[in-house]
Amino acid sequence: MFAEFGYGILVVSFLVAIYSVFAAVYGATNKSAAMVESARRSMLLVFPLLSLSAAALIYLLVNNHFEVAFVYEVTSRSMPTYLKVTAWWGGQAGSLMFWSWLLAAFTSAVTIRKWDRDIEFLPWVIVVNAITLIFFLGMVVFYENPFTRFWLVGGNVEPHMFAPLNATLFAAPDGNGLNPLLRHPGMVIHPPMLYLGFVSYVIPYSFAMAALITGRTDDRWIRLTRRWSLWAWLFLSFGLVLGGRWAYDVLGWGGYWGWDPVEIAAFMPWLTGTAFLHSVMIQEKRGLFKHWNMILVILTYSLVVFGTFLTRSGVLSSVHAFANSPIGPFFMAFVSLTLVVSIALVIWRWPILRGETEMKSMLSREALFLLNNLLFMSVLVICFWGVIFPLVSELFTGQKVTVGPPFYERATAPIFAALMFLMGVAPLSAWGHSTVQTLGRAMWKSAVAALIITAILFVTYTQNIIALIGFFLIALVLLVTLQEFWRAARARQRAQGENFLTSLSRLMGRNRRRYGGYIIHISMMLMAIGILGIEIFQKETQGSLAQGEQLNIGGYTVEYRELASWDDQGKGVNFTRAVVDVYEDGIYLGELTPRIDYYFDSQQNMTIPGNRSTFRDDLYILLVDWQPVSSMGATFKIFVNPLVNWLWIGSLLFLIGIIFAAWPDKDPAEEPVRAARSVRQTNAAD
Amino acid sequence: MKKFLYTLIFTVLLGFLFTGVALAQDNTPPTDDEVNAVAHKLYCPVCESTPLDVCPTEACRDWRELIRTMLAEGKTEKEIIQHFEAQYGARVLAEPPKEGFYWLIYLLPPAVILAGAVILFRSLKEWTKPKAAAPVSSGARSESSSSEKDDYVARLEAELKKQK
Amino acid sequence: MTEETTETTNTKRGVPVTTQIFIWILLVGLLALVGFGLRRAQNPMATIGKPVPQFDLVYYEGYEYNGKTEMKLSDLQGKIVVINIWASWCKPCEQEAPDLEEAWQLYKDSSDVVFIGVDYVDTPAGANEYLTKFNITFPNAPDLKSNISSILNRQMGVPETYFIDREGILRHIKIGPFASVNEIQSVIQSIE
Repeated sequence: MFAEFGYGILVVSFLVAIYSVFAAVYGATNKSAAMVESARRSMLLVFPLLSLSAAALIYLLVNNHFEVAFVYEVTSRSMPTYLKVTAWWGGQAGSLMFWSWLLAAFTSAVTIRKWDRDIEFLPWVIVVNAITLIFFLGMVVFYENPFTRFWLVGGNVEPHMFAPLNATLFAAPDGNGLNPLLRHPGMVIHPPMLYLGFVSYVIPYSFAMAALITGRTDDRWIRLTRRWSLWAWLFLSFGLVLGGRWAYDVLGWGGYWGWDPVEIAAFMPWLTGTAFLHSVMIQEKRGLFKHWNMILVILTYSLVVFGTFLTRSGVLSSVHAFANSPIGPFFMAFVSLTLVVSIALVIWRWPILRGETEMKSMLSREALFLLNNLLFMSVLVICFWGVIFPLVSELFTGQKVTVGPPFYERATAPIFAALMFLMGVAPLSAWGHSTVQTLGRAMWKSAVAALIITAILFVTYTQNIIALIGFFLIALVLLVTLQEFWRAARARQRAQGENFLTSLSRLMGRNRRRYGGYIIHISMMLMAIGILGIEIFQKETQGSLAQGEQLNIGGYTVEYRELASWDDQGKGVNFTRAVVDVYEDGIYLGELTPRIDYYFDSQQNMTIPGNRSTFRDDLYILLVDWQPVSSMGATFKIFVNPLVNWLWIGSLLFLIGIIFAAWPDKDPAEEPVRAARSVRQTNAAD
Repeated sequence: MKKFLYTLIFTVLLGFLFTGVALAQDNTPPTDDEVNAVAHKLYCPVCESTPLDVCPTEACRDWRELIRTMLAEGKTEKEIIQHFEAQYGARVLAEPPKEGFYWLIYLLPPAVILAGAVILFRSLKEWTKPKAAAPVSSGARSESSSSEKDDYVARLEAELKKQK
Repeated sequence: MTEETTETTNTKRGVPVTTQIFIWILLVGLLALVGFGLRRAQNPMATIGKPVPQFDLVYYEGYEYNGKTEMKLSDLQGKIVVINIWASWCKPCEQEAPDLEEAWQLYKDSSDVVFIGVDYVDTPAGANEYLTKFNITFPNAPDLKSNISSILNRQMGVPETYFIDREGILRHIKIGPFASVNEIQSVIQSIE
């Protein structure tokens, strides 16, 4: 009943989206405002429709309807209700539907806004959004239907949407349960955040396409979408950070980022998105590089689609169960369509895209922003090539290869260092014109101070050359950026006669994007401290201990006290929990309890570290193995991860910075405030 | 700086000394840490993108035991890695070996980045050449279109110049 | 307004044709590459009814067939070749190992059917233990560098068993373990 209803609504939404494409194209080509309005209204209808369908699916998930294949795959009776709801995006079919639902929400938000000044964009924005929606809904409707049910046909259980002849519904007594790795709070919010980031980039893309199609290539589309791209960037960044935290907490290998193709696929649009956030300012301030911004927006969206395709179709990793799923060719067709149409449009409109390209100085802020773009693109080239190289190798040599962290770390480290240096220089440069002298004068104090800090670190903390270069750059950027805050606030204080704090807050309030950006720079440096710490100074050891035995690592002593293993039938989990005592230089610091949780329904282990976190370092203990008979001996793997906490502190500040920069101004004429607000509502609705 | 170099050389030498000692003592079984150090440089041949030292599967446990046995036989890290490559192919290495076709992965990104840098640099040079009429119109444009916020920043900067 | 400025101050220049061609070639190359990957992912096994490409193997110590310690697929022309892919870390393989050995005992003297075990990414110690434990007597060899697996375009797990007829044509693929000796026999009979 609910399954038929949900599926029916999905089909209706699919048809409505198709209608709105035709209506919008007809309306645009025949100048029929009524048809465009009809397209707009039908587009607005899709979101409530999909919400109904989603409600049906959630009803089935929460109420243990194991006759539905998707419910059977991702839930089980022992799961708490909130996890049953979030299991919606815990499997392929559900996550594609979730994706469509988010896309519909964003499309509604953008079509609801006032269009009077840009009415010629409207039909094309609708077309691009609706085609994307049709594609995702098409996958759900035709190939990955979350409402498919099990039927008993002549003794066999088969999945079908509608009842085959002489079939009865079959419901398993209990479901498989969600992959325990996905039950972590980080993983519950990580996918929606990433999807939000991915999906919200479709809006800037649709405006870019509309601008290309209509030929209205002034700055209007940029102004309309820059806040969208900030929010999209916020979600994507948040998703990446959460993914890192999740990996650190549950994957049990002492790290947060493994340069895995799936991670890189999410990282690549972030790179182009970040480059766009910088270069879009040049277009706004100086009217330069229109074509480049267009390319960046298209590239970001294409990378979202391409990355999703690569990681989901089984092209890169063949071990996934859905490798055989027919969504592969369908997805491939969509990716090709996106790339071909975008490139063709850019080439066609290239002549009218050219801006007043003229520059006064190689050191001007716009020139430095371009250099920043070059560096981001360089990281992208490395990532992209690294991700697809195994495929290239297999095609030409027949041999599979792994492209792992050493490759990416070696290749990107110098570029990240150069980006940090730019972060130190660019805020001091002026639009239009700077010279080595003006830059040097503005910078020398910070540079000297950073050198002194580095020298102190050399004596007291580390002699590692790479770490010292890193710390120097971090210190430089932090000092330069803080000095910027101080300088501007002091100047305002003098000019306005306010006190310092009022000046500072008004100054920041007046130019949210600039100061939000600086906050983000500062947070990046805090994160860099954590990354340097864990990458360069991480220590690890492993050993099997009998009760009372000790392991020593990095000044810590870890003593194995006891171990207990018990079943929790209510949760469907077997817990094996070790207790170790931690000492540092003979002083007792407390106990840690690394565990292994075994989930009965999905027959999977989850390794939960015992972690003691300080600003100086993390002591991260994993229970690797234990002797089941006597509970006497156990094997532990212990990491000391110096400074890694700064990564999470930086991440928090990072989010604050973006929200500060993206928060709607009190300037309703200029900003799509309403659109931004509905994003927040969508967010809250999660 | 010199002192730093000396410490560096000294630590490296000390390192060699210790490995020498470890290799000389044939009868002490290799520790988990020594096994993991080698395993960290290898990838699980069956699961995808999982380093061997963290891979939890039964198969990986066997491979770690193999590393332990080979270490106990006095094999060096390099020999073990070579053995793994010969047995299971290049995919067990953390990155492709620097030979033949695989050079492509190391050479292509720098080439593309260099090309990008050259294009950018040449365009910048072209753009910085003063043009006859354009600068005026563009300069006027940036001022006329700048909002109240930019005026504020301009005032700020003027104020700052006065200070200096 | 801005657009007008653009048009008056700049000569309209399109993308040079060579650049256009370059971009399209790049795109086609990328899509072709991905298409290759997709096709491989969509057809995760060799095609039945096609000849199996040549390969050779060196048996594990202690194994031989017809007095040889290594084999070439072409040497076995005229026989039905059963290639069983296994690994010592694979639990389902253990399930079918006794059945395979039992089936081999039925055919080993006929010189018409040959069984070859191919050990997919394994440790020598593990392989040895496994072969001794199940007392496997048909020839076994390691799949060095996963060569055989890539020749057979194997994208799934172990065990898998490939049946090649007398003309060297792939006739049947069994994915997962055999349920019984009968199942193995009936596949061989269907080829004869």
